[in-house]
Amino acid sequence: MQFNSATSSPHMMRDDGISQLMLQLLFALTPGAIAMFYFFGWGVVFNLIVAISTALIAEAAVLRLRQREIKNTLLDLSAVVTACLLALALPPLAPWWLTLVATLFAILLGKHLYGGLGFNPFNPAMVGYVVVMISFPREMTFWLLPSTINPAALGFIDSFNLTFFSQLPAAMSWDSISSATLLDGIKNHLSQGHLLSSIDTNQQLGNLFGKLAGNGWEWINLCYLAGGLWLFKNRIIDWRIPLGLISSLSLLSLLFYLIDSEQYLSPSTHLLSGGIMLAAFFIATDPVSASTTPRGRIIFGAGIGVFIYIIRQWGGYPDGIAFAVLLMNMAAPLIDYYTVPAAFGKRDQS
Amino acid sequence: MSADYQKISQDGLWTNNVALVQLLGLCPLLAVTGTFINGLGLGLATLLTLILSNASVSAIRHWVRPEIRIPVFVLIIASIVTIIEMLMHAWVPGLYNILGIFIPLIVTNCSIIARAESFAAKNPVLPSVIDGFMMGAGFLLVLVVLGGLRELIGFGTLLDHSYLMFGETARSWTLSFADGYRGFLLAVLPPGAFIGLGLLIAGKNYIELRKTKHQTVKLQPVIENSSTA
Repeated sequence: MQFNSATSSPHMMRDDGISQLMLQLLFALTPGAIAMFYFFGWGVVFNLIVAISTALIAEAAVLRLRQREIKNTLLDLSAVVTACLLALALPPLAPWWLTLVATLFAILLGKHLYGGLGFNPFNPAMVGYVVVMISFPREMTFWLLPSTINPAALGFIDSFNLTFFSQLPAAMSWDSISSATLLDGIKNHLSQGHLLSSIDTNQQLGNLFGKLAGNGWEWINLCYLAGGLWLFKNRIIDWRIPLGLISSLSLLSLLFYLIDSEQYLSPSTHLLSGGIMLAAFFIATDPVSASTTPRGRIIFGAGIGVFIYIIRQWGGYPDGIAFAVLLMNMAAPLIDYYTVPAAFGKRDQS
Repeated sequence: MSADYQKISQDGLWTNNVALVQLLGLCPLLAVTGTFINGLGLGLATLLTLILSNASVSAIRHWVRPEIRIPVFVLIIASIVTIIEMLMHAWVPGLYNILGIFIPLIVTNCSIIARAESFAAKNPVLPSVIDGFMMGAGFLLVLVVLGGLRELIGFGTLLDHSYLMFGETARSWTLSFADGYRGFLLAVLPPGAFIGLGLLIAGKNYIELRKTKHQTVKLQPVIENSSTA
């Protein structure tokens, strides 16, 4: 074997660059995105369009300001991936400016203030999400019933007017269009002192439940799971982070479910509600902001799962994926520090 | 002598600004700048403290032994802040209630003891008073700008609640810029303060950078002097 040049590790590299990697990520996102479009309508598409165009323009502007190369950096598609993750996490009826603000904060504050791709300590998409979550609590509840059980599903024109002009269709009010998500509804239900077994008596909540978890949500999550497994098969993501996240969330929810099934949701509902699969395979696995050591990745994923459960069960927000991811991003350097793998030939001292 | 005062003023307001360059007194700066008026109130209180403490420290500088100067400075500053706190309690009770603990905490504002130690203890009374005024004004300016920006972005208003400071006639002073603006909560919450201050510092550095670009860069020889280490 001959060494042509003295480069630092890794010496065996894939021949595809960042943009190939990002393309595969986008490809893996499509089943989930299509499922979301099927269940929640055109709002999802508008979110994606607004987010992607904002991300590209903002990134180009910053690169120009920083006097960096614009074209190749835009073509690495990392901004597009950030925008897509963000758009898929936002509620489908979100007004255009909400998506715009979230994307601007993600790209400008989350990514480029720290030095751009590879230097951001926090996941940019989650930074943008948290900004709008704490700033616009009302708009962040603009979810609607999945189309399978929605008597008033919105068409293309109606959704367009709603997203871009905040114009409601004739003879409809916000209350008749928007609907609580399952996690939101259950949080309300429990906080009023009801038990989980009485959900069927509550017309609205009973509707929201599907076979395993939220109606529609279960399929969206399964689609993300499929995309994630494909990524894993192509060795784009490491299995440790998703496994850590999913197993810690399942174990915790199983434990509490066994203790009191009237107060705590079942593990299957937890795993297939909200954006768990999206978070586990696409968000938490962001190679820049996640932990990098093998053991560290398991701890990193498990920590996110624990925080998600804590925030869902006892926190003020119905779902806490974004906060959980940011908290563990913050802890990633510390985790890395304590989990450095022993060098080959040395005995593990710890 | 007048050039001296010019330098003092420029230092206080811009080149050595307490908040933007020295990064002192950030705790009250970040905590109370939710609105323009809160910033103005705390800024004026700090300004007054700085002038009075600089004047007194400078006046007694020949009689205080260096070994005990710090406790003496602290006593002087604490008494002045207590007086100002009582005055605010008496005359602007509404603002006093909003600013709360941050008025007595002016004592711990590093910029005050820093000016006493590094300027007032070595200079005559008049320059010290001017230094206190300019440093305080620089701090006040940042407080007001940051408070104004956060109020504008957070609520879409300016000068809201100015009656707390200027009496009932000021109730109508509130400027509202966008009707139906629902507000951008982040700006009023603590992260907004950090982001806002960061952007202000970045803006100042950007202006400085542009200024130096126009001038020819003069390189000064670096003098290695082991005795000062």
